Amino acid sequence: MLTVDSLSVGFPGNQVLQDVNFHLPQGSFCGLIGTNGSGKTTLLRTILGLVTPDKGKIETGVGGIGYVPQKIQLDPFMPLRARDVVALGIDGHHLGVPLPSPSRRRAVDSMLAEVGATEFANRRVGDLSGGQQQRIMIAHALVRGPRLLLLDEPLANLDIRSVAEVIALLHKLVVEQKITVLLSAHDMNPLLPVMNQIVYLAHGRSVSGAVEEVVRSSVLSSLYGYHIDVIQVHGRVLVVAAVGAEARTTEMAHEPVHVTSIP
Amino acid sequence: MAMFSPAIFITTAGFFHNSAVHVALAIGGSAAVVSAIVGVFTVLRAQSFAGHALADISSAGGSAALLFGLPPLVGFLAMAMLAAGGMEVVGARQIRERDLVSGVVLGAGLGLTALFLYLDISMTTASNAANMVMFGSMFTIAPETMIPALWVAVLALVMCVLLYRPLLLIAIDPDLATIRGLNVRLIGLLYLLTLSIAVALSAMTIGAILSTALLIGPAAAAIRWSCRPGPAIIIASVIAISATWGGIFLAYDSFYWTRNHGWPVSFFIVTIIFLAYLASGRTTALARLRRAITA
Ligand SMILES: Nc1ncnc2c1ncn2[C@@H]1O[C@H](COP(=O)(O)OP(=O)(O)O)[C@@H](O)[C@H]1O
Ligand SMILES: [Mg+2]
Repeated sequence: MLTVDSLSVGFPGNQVLQDVNFHLPQGSFCGLIGTNGSGKTTLLRTILGLVTPDKGKIETGVGGIGYVPQKIQLDPFMPLRARDVVALGIDGHHLGVPLPSPSRRRAVDSMLAEVGATEFANRRVGDLSGGQQQRIMIAHALVRGPRLLLLDEPLANLDIRSVAEVIALLHKLVVEQKITVLLSAHDMNPLLPVMNQIVYLAHGRSVSGAVEEVVRSSVLSSLYGYHIDVIQVHGRVLVVAAVGAEARTTEMAHEPVHVTSIP
Repeated sequence: MAMFSPAIFITTAGFFHNSAVHVALAIGGSAAVVSAIVGVFTVLRAQSFAGHALADISSAGGSAALLFGLPPLVGFLAMAMLAAGGMEVVGARQIRERDLVSGVVLGAGLGLTALFLYLDISMTTASNAANMVMFGSMFTIAPETMIPALWVAVLALVMCVLLYRPLLLIAIDPDLATIRGLNVRLIGLLYLLTLSIAVALSAMTIGAILSTALLIGPAAAAIRWSCRPGPAIIIASVIAISATWGGIFLAYDSFYWTRNHGWPVSFFIVTIIFLAYLASGRTTALARLRRAITA
């Protein structure tokens, strides 16, 4: 469960989010869609309490929040195995050196199996592929059993196959465990088969709801403030500005309308 | 001495009965272990340069202590910890910004060291002050420094044990640590203070300039050898202490094979560390070469 109520967030001289509202029932798979700089990371970090909002309310229900940050750069020589990263998800905030614990080990093993990472559990995490690292970060985020999982651009920089694998894994978690997933992305297309909610960010404002309610020319046009076409080609959705729209305001010249997919 | 023992190690017997050697083994060994352990986290946090800057400024403290007749340990430690606190107050978050702050601290440290060394040499009888401060004074450390130095080393080790998991979590991502209720900034400060203890100890023993070798070398070799944090820390400690004790032994011995001059202990320590680092890269370098050839 996640409710965001008239949330406004700004940094000095930069109002990033204005009056953002949405509600995700437990078990939602929600895409947080917007161009670079539209405030996706800021919204997620505000939900986590890492950024203090100017106004508004956030309710996250019980059970804690799991978080997969944007583009973690793991040093290739970092002396951590995949399973060490997952174990730090359990007790990384504790002081002192961990003592060997069978129950901790069981929890890590079953989490690794859950995300399909048993095979590379003992490898150096910096040596893993992008998709494998994402699985490990998801396991790290989930190992304490949160009911809400926030992922910041987990699909960026992954090859097509890894994208499909990570999405299938998240879908499984939503279906089997009724976890609520809020996942940011600049391209909604890979998510279309699985997401049942969308929060679309542009110019600091948001629209949200079921995908077919939001990804419509009329809704997005009023969000952007100029005419937007939603085009379906070969099963993919393209969100494009009408021809000539870019030239109408300087704002648009700097922030051209978001094309969600370049096939 | 047995006939087949290598003729070059003619001093082995005297070595273990020399009190300067005892002090050097104890303080050098503790500086080595602390530097190696702190060094693993330093490499993980990409703060090698901060470590070097703190070592340089701690040598300003060491040379000031000579001038004012204070115990050198106090001078080295106080200056390094003050600078560590200052670096944290300036509060550089990004690595680039952190490097700039470290560079400024390093410059200030060397400038002050130059001044104090000049005053030391012109106003006191410490005519070899420059060499002592910049390249260490392993064999001339006062025996009464040993116990306080060991306590300071123990304090640094306790800090490493306490901060072990939080530092690893922060190395993955600071936000992940913050949402788990850790105060990342406070832990960063505690780590910097621990780092300043490590570099103060090694600046005092093998010298400010070479202390970076003891901080970074064993850690860099160890994290290539092991992909687990605990074993990496143990390997780093073993490399550091072998290098330091081996270096002390060779330096003591070199007194005889160089006809009563002796080579500096720091030279031997750094050489052994460097060889360990080269050896750690051998497997990766070979694998890469093989891949390049077969590809
Ligand atoms: N810590 C910060 N301080 C100041 N401005 C920030 C900070 N974080 C983000 N911003 C600004 O907020 C805007 C939205 O950024 P972000 O949330 O990272 O967007 P996205 O994740 O959608 O690419 C950008 O203009 C960015 O410069
Ligand atoms: Mg972002």
